[in-house]
Amino acid sequence: MSVGIVGYGSYIPRRRIRLADIAKVWGADAESYERGLELHEKSVPARDEDTITMSVTAARRALARAQIDPSEIGAVYVGSESHPYAVKPTGTVVAEAIGAVPALHCADLEFACKAGSEGMFLASALVKAGDMRFALAIGADTSQGAPGDALEYSAAAGAAAFIFGSERLVATLDAQSSFTTDTPDFWRREYMRYPQHTGRFTGEPAYFKHILGAARMLFEKSGTKPSDFAYAVFHQPNGKFPMRVGQMLGFRREQLETGWLSPWLGNTYSGASPMGLTAILDVAKPGDRIFMVSFGSGAGSDGFVFTVTGRIEEVRDLAPRTRVQLDTNKLYVDYGTYAKLRGKIRLAE
Amino acid sequence: MRDVAVIGVGMNDWGELWQDSLRTIWMQAALAALADAGVDRVDAITVGCMSGGLFVGQEHLAALLADELGMAGVPATRVESACASGGLAVKAGFMEIAAGLADIVLVTGVEKMTDVSGEDATAALATAADQELEVFHGATFPGLYAMMARAHMVKYGTTPEQLAAVAVKNHRHGLANPHAQFRRAITVEEVLSSTMVAEPLHILDCSPITDGAAAVVLADLDTARRLAKGRPIVRIAGIGHATDRMALHSRTDMPTLPATTAATQKALAMAKKQLSDVQVIELHDCFTIAEIMVLEAMGVCPPGQGGQLAPSGRTALGGDLPVNPSGGLKSKGHPVGATGVAQVVEITTQLRGEAGERQVAGVRVGLTQNMGGTGASTLVHVLEVVS
Repeated sequence: MSVGIVGYGSYIPRRRIRLADIAKVWGADAESYERGLELHEKSVPARDEDTITMSVTAARRALARAQIDPSEIGAVYVGSESHPYAVKPTGTVVAEAIGAVPALHCADLEFACKAGSEGMFLASALVKAGDMRFALAIGADTSQGAPGDALEYSAAAGAAAFIFGSERLVATLDAQSSFTTDTPDFWRREYMRYPQHTGRFTGEPAYFKHILGAARMLFEKSGTKPSDFAYAVFHQPNGKFPMRVGQMLGFRREQLETGWLSPWLGNTYSGASPMGLTAILDVAKPGDRIFMVSFGSGAGSDGFVFTVTGRIEEVRDLAPRTRVQLDTNKLYVDYGTYAKLRGKIRLAE
Repeated sequence: MRDVAVIGVGMNDWGELWQDSLRTIWMQAALAALADAGVDRVDAITVGCMSGGLFVGQEHLAALLADELGMAGVPATRVESACASGGLAVKAGFMEIAAGLADIVLVTGVEKMTDVSGEDATAALATAADQELEVFHGATFPGLYAMMARAHMVKYGTTPEQLAAVAVKNHRHGLANPHAQFRRAITVEEVLSSTMVAEPLHILDCSPITDGAAAVVLADLDTARRLAKGRPIVRIAGIGHATDRMALHSRTDMPTLPATTAATQKALAMAKKQLSDVQVIELHDCFTIAEIMVLEAMGVCPPGQGGQLAPSGRTALGGDLPVNPSGGLKSKGHPVGATGVAQVVEITTQLRGEAGERQVAGVRVGLTQNMGGTGASTLVHVLEVVS
């Protein structure tokens, strides 16, 4: 039995802030951020947008492409590090909104930036086990960076949703891998408003080690090599890292560019590599193979190999494409507005 | 006073060594030096380390590391003089042998700097300045050296391009050093377009934060002759050690380094050498301006003309007085407590003729200069091949 993606959808808030406008406030060198991290602007959620609303929109778009009855979805997993509630699930609100309740298994997942791919891992496995016809996995974040911190230049908002099943597939899931160690490179303890990170330690021993580890396992499991793939997408905390790790693995720039959203989107954390995958599915041709590896601090990576089917052509225009959301209808905000929207301004009590 | 020779050298590969602890990197250097010397016991150990406490929460390093080496029982001493701790460890080991307290001493330097954030590392390094008179007012080392650079520019017309040329040269040298942190060639344009840290110093004018250790085994000359096995014997012929006013604003002339002048003169006098006898130098280029000011303070050129040396090629490998053939602090890295010992490792390697691609031809006399803070403490060693 082939298992794979039945429908997919993404959501990007229309508001943006330019890196230069953040750097100006903090007296930082905008050019060095833009050049060093290959980041130019990032998405900003509006006051009424959060992980739940973005998840609902992305899930509805996945349903539009899947063309299935939502009550047949047996599981909803929402991966995020910005669940609106500390206690009370995001997933139940999403499931109710899309009509997937009540015969449903539901869970919120958290694993820094790889919570979205964790859901994909679990959803596909439950379908494969024969426990349900369809399972929905979502990666969504309105990620937080402390004012003035390096993360403020990248922490962005967005969501991607995937419905897994064994029929009506737009892409088959051919292999998956997971690579996990205890590597404390980034964290937020309870009651801390913003996460902490360990500077350069987040690079080589965290991001690169885990992505390379999961990717090499995936090549071995699937018996593939970089030239077998039309596209590859990696976790994208900035513009630079995914390009570098892709090239370290032997992928060419042309294979990486389609799913490389971060220079103009920022880091959507749990949404990052899943959103890159949606941008690839928007343009891939039947038979194209896609290589995807996520990364979450703490730390771990999930890897997937997909092959696109003929059904993709029929469904891709049933919902907005990711690049269209990224490139059009943008509304730029200044830092003051951004600070207000992100709740960084202390209001009267 | 007995003559003292360097009979073994060793260091680990420097860099951001996330997987290794202070004791691990120290052991790598110590064991390499002991193996190079061909000895398996020492009479004493010295450890140069600026701040095990602030960087890894560990003091009492001398006993800890002697124990780690399986040599609990051996007298071990930790010395501290900020970024000159390594140079001071060499002097401490020298004194033990010269005084007859020991025949063989393992001299080491170590710093494990990446276990803390960049901000915490900057704060730890700032303890080498005067807390009450400088640091409480916001001074950091890039800031202090930037003021020295600015003063040098105003007084002598030194240019950002001349500063950058020092970094370019030392990075080129570091390409041939397998232990160096940054083995990467850079251009003047890259230095000038890199991020500004403290005007006029760009990030590529600054030495990096590094994990690293270095070790040398010292012995009296009779022991050294017995263990030489046909290799050239390198003697520490002169030691100069001087201090200066601690706070930068207390100095009468900001773009000068009087402690380096005094320590160089003392070391040369003790070695019975002239500066013109010195054929290779390892010096403390913690920032590019430092190499310029140190060369002026030593008397290699008149005050104010140090900026011309790197662009002229005189101080490059192949020039008439190669400076920092190891890559210097800029390219090799600057694990602060290890730097002074690593300088002796490099000059010994050069004088033995074992420096490979970065070998300065025919050298018999070399000099090291290691300083703490903005030059408030300075150690100079003159080394020579024993005929």
